[in-house]
Amino acid sequence: MKCQNCEKPATFHITELTGPELVELHLCADHAQQYLAPAEEAEEATPTLAGVLAQHLNLGQTAEDLARLDQRSCPVCGVTFYEFRQAGRLGCPHDYVCFEEEMEPLIVNIHGATEHKGKRPKRGVKDSSLQTELIKLRREMTDAVQNEEYERASELRDSIREIEQRGQ
Amino acid sequence: MKLDELAARCGEWLRGSGPQSDIVISSRIRLARNLADFPFIRKCTERDRAAIEGTLRERVLHLKDMTDVSYVDVADLETVDRQFLVERQLISREHAEAFGARGVAIDGQEKFSLMINEEDHLRIQVMHSGLALEQAWQQIDRIDDLIEEHVTYAFHEQKGYLTACPTNVGTGMRVSVMLHLPALVMTRQIDKVFRSLQKISLAVRGLYGEGSQAMGDFYQISNQITLGRSEKELRDQVAEVVPSLIEYERKAREFLINESQKDLHDRVSRAYGILCTAQTISSEETMHLLSSVRMGVNLGLISDLEIPTINKLFIHTQPAHLQKLRGTELDTADRNIERARYLQRHLRRGDDGAEKN
Repeated sequence: MKCQNCEKPATFHITELTGPELVELHLCADHAQQYLAPAEEAEEATPTLAGVLAQHLNLGQTAEDLARLDQRSCPVCGVTFYEFRQAGRLGCPHDYVCFEEEMEPLIVNIHGATEHKGKRPKRGVKDSSLQTELIKLRREMTDAVQNEEYERASELRDSIREIEQRGQ
Repeated sequence: MKLDELAARCGEWLRGSGPQSDIVISSRIRLARNLADFPFIRKCTERDRAAIEGTLRERVLHLKDMTDVSYVDVADLETVDRQFLVERQLISREHAEAFGARGVAIDGQEKFSLMINEEDHLRIQVMHSGLALEQAWQQIDRIDDLIEEHVTYAFHEQKGYLTACPTNVGTGMRVSVMLHLPALVMTRQIDKVFRSLQKISLAVRGLYGEGSQAMGDFYQISNQITLGRSEKELRDQVAEVVPSLIEYERKAREFLINESQKDLHDRVSRAYGILCTAQTISSEETMHLLSSVRMGVNLGLISDLEIPTINKLFIHTQPAHLQKLRGTELDTADRNIERARYLQRHLRRGDDGAEKN
């Protein structure tokens, strides 16, 4: 759910009981703080993604660092770090690899850990690079079609089919 | 699946059985999974979404030994039907309000629902009445394995199951227990309890999960962390706090009985009276009053009502349910009138309302 005042995810959900009617508000951390500020000091909530992100990115990073970081994009799905920061959602599984360094402090902040413990897929696919390749090829094919590069699109389609069939 | 047939029933989560079911309503586990060969939802083209939906629908409809599974194309549903599924906790609000190809597979007993193209490609959810996290885990673990036999999940050796939001990465698991805590609310202790839960990184949400306020004094306690702890550790963490919460709630109820039984009895009886006689009533007020009545029955202050009847009223008086049961769309004012009539019919009879809905 998005904040009703901006594009960020709504992490605060407020039901106002004081007026003549019940009013429901869905706000991001920033707008919620604005909304709540004059009344009482905002309760220290559990770390929300937006809050943690803001905290992590404000600490020890200059504006230039941040601008440079924002420009970086995932070679597979094309999502930029800026986009992730805005939406709080990643673009594809490969983002965990390509933004690993940037995301590490964030993940530590949320989970207090960096290593998965627990269930693993039974079939244990060790190498998912083919799957990642598929995401990239499909995106390139869509772009090629949009740019009316039909020859390129058809080559890409053949590569996609080949990988899909190998996987079955 | 005929949604109208579902409407008349109560569903699993409010069935009201199981140990400590006067306070513990239901146990729920959900797993977030994504296919390795598609981008996360945000970066999906329409074609990607349709392909994901096709692949996963095929899988979830052919799970071994699970024959009683129906598939609902959520994108095709009317708004009231989508809201109906949200009220029944079979899909999330986010799933109801999203766009594009998406669906949900539901078993006949409404114990599990498999949401396709929610925030993640697949959200598996299992729900059991009362405190039953272990049974819920065994069921969801098996469903997860069955699906995984034929698809490749996005998984990273170190990071575990990869999810669209880094708050779910690792196990992709959210364990939650829904509790009815009216006495802690009445004695104003609830905030204190929540703050202490937050300190041990447990989250507290209202009846309809993320973004819903506590309606009818129902609260869901769930894990906040998903990475670095095993599924069992995460279950245990939630399960461990439940007995203390039950005890606090019981103590608060005792306190109310001992200190001010007259006031409490009065409050409960008035709530019952309003529900029986109101001519028009909102959903919020209904939930609020039903909560008092539910506690009153559990404390023996009301003797001519059964808990299953009240549980059923909680769900049947929700906006979309009322409209499904009535068989027609109603605006807010008409719903409030219909709700009052529905309550009268079912409360004055003092039974389970066995009449045809």
